[in-house]
Amino acid sequence: MSDLQVIGLNAWFGADRVLGDINMKVEAGRVTAIIGPSGCGKSTLLRCLNRMHEEVPNARVTGKVVYGDWDLYGPDVDPTDVRCHIGMVFQRPNPFPTMTVLENVVAGLRLRGHYDRASLHDNAERAMRLAGVWDELKDRLNRPGGRLSGGQAQRLCIARALAVGPDMLLMDEPASALDPISTQQIEDTIQELKETVTIVIVTHNMQQAARISDRTAFMLRESHDRPSALIEYDETRVMFTAPTDKRTEAYITGRFG
Amino acid sequence: MEERSTTRSVSDAGVPVRRRLRIGDLTLRGGTVAVSLGLVVLLAGLLVVLATGAAPALSQLGLSFFTSRQWDPVTNHFGALPYIYGTLVTSTVALVLALPVSIGLALLLNEVRSKWVRNPLTVLVDLLAAIPSVVYGLWGLFVLAPALNTYLAPFLARTLGKLPVLGALFVPTPAVGNMLNAGVILAVMIVPIITAVTREVIATVPADLREASLALGATRFESIRMAVLPYARSGIVGATMLGLGRALGETIAVSMVIGNGLGISASLLAPGYTIPAVIANEFREATSTGLQHSALLALALVLVVIALVLAGASRLLVRRSERGFR
Repeated sequence: MSDLQVIGLNAWFGADRVLGDINMKVEAGRVTAIIGPSGCGKSTLLRCLNRMHEEVPNARVTGKVVYGDWDLYGPDVDPTDVRCHIGMVFQRPNPFPTMTVLENVVAGLRLRGHYDRASLHDNAERAMRLAGVWDELKDRLNRPGGRLSGGQAQRLCIARALAVGPDMLLMDEPASALDPISTQQIEDTIQELKETVTIVIVTHNMQQAARISDRTAFMLRESHDRPSALIEYDETRVMFTAPTDKRTEAYITGRFG
Repeated sequence: MEERSTTRSVSDAGVPVRRRLRIGDLTLRGGTVAVSLGLVVLLAGLLVVLATGAAPALSQLGLSFFTSRQWDPVTNHFGALPYIYGTLVTSTVALVLALPVSIGLALLLNEVRSKWVRNPLTVLVDLLAAIPSVVYGLWGLFVLAPALNTYLAPFLARTLGKLPVLGALFVPTPAVGNMLNAGVILAVMIVPIITAVTREVIATVPADLREASLALGATRFESIRMAVLPYARSGIVGATMLGLGRALGETIAVSMVIGNGLGISASLLAPGYTIPAVIANEFREATSTGLQHSALLALALVLVVIALVLAGASRLLVRRSERGFR
């Protein structure tokens, strides 16, 4: 695990510049939360970290993201390599409906040419234990991946992302489509995962950020003709007790957003 | 108690509620039931007419109708085997050629981001579907067939024709019209319909699934293979069935290039004959009382049955491969 440095990052959708000159350091082995009102570019920033942003038509990125000493936007970098090291979990659980539970978990490993059944099974078990779904789904490994409850499906997606052994996991509001119990399970999973992977989580739920993260970044887009900026970035307990910026304080005390 | 009133009624809260919607629902239900029953009746009626018309020929000729290679109105002997064979072979060739092209084209039309490439191509494919088949036939007869006979056929005979088993498909013959030509022209004719439907189906694959695969480190091709195509599979089978239906039933263009020969040859470079072609060529001479008339109806029945069986088999295939999914 290494720190991830974001340096002078800008991002566009077509002509709309949505991120303006973002600089931040994601610390290895910790949970970093990105908070802010809807449309403030939280997800876009997250998707820039493993080069998923550029998959949107007409989207563009400038600036640097450096992982350890690896410049992720360097000229010879293959984005698929980046995504192998930095995994992603999405807002809506998206297991492959045409695959079984087991096939879902090992999908990434198969992409990398691992076909040995026994080792795939072992890897799947390890990843599913990490994601906290092994006990629930171990008897249903050959059932379709599309027929799980929302919470199970989301933890299956976490297992799928973990199976390839990433150093970092990007989570885009992973619990916002789930019920409170499933949310609780996801949050527990995150606490256990930070031993193994660095986690960056986007959330619009400030209590969630306060509960699970070590560091918090607050983003804001103050008007439509200006890009979003990183307003404040600090230890979570500082952010939620003694924020430096008035806008951060206004947001976390619920005066807007 | 069900409220059937079509005038204004009063809801529990005392607010007047117009019952207009209920009429709409009833009309819609009545209309759809009528139309779907009508379809069933139409299909049943068609089968009954074909079966009664075919009965004399089938009872008189018995199994030899399906096994004999003789089709002779003078001696009143009618064997359908060459036509059935030709129909199946040309349709198979058409599908084998058209399916990869269509899926590739459909993927291209979905994946290419530049609308300057995508939109003209999409229109072009749709336009191809609108060309009347007789025009394809003429083009096939005057342009495609000579070109295939001069260049492709000798080349195939020289190369693939030398292979052990596959070689039997490409034994050269001097015939101008042959089954390969028919298969190729059919492929050209069914590519647009398969492509258009496949493109629509692929467009419905949730973006979530593409993103999931990309985030796992899949390349675009891998993403298509693991997320897009499996999800779209049943729709692609449906598209293929539409194409196959057109290939099975295509008459004019095929009869213009296939050679209309009664032999049964393993070689695609030999002439053949198809069911629609023989029906189109002979319906004028068949008197409504003669056995030939009945034999042609029996051919039509066979064609319908082939189409229905293939459609049913494909649904079964999809259902089996899709257990639990959706």
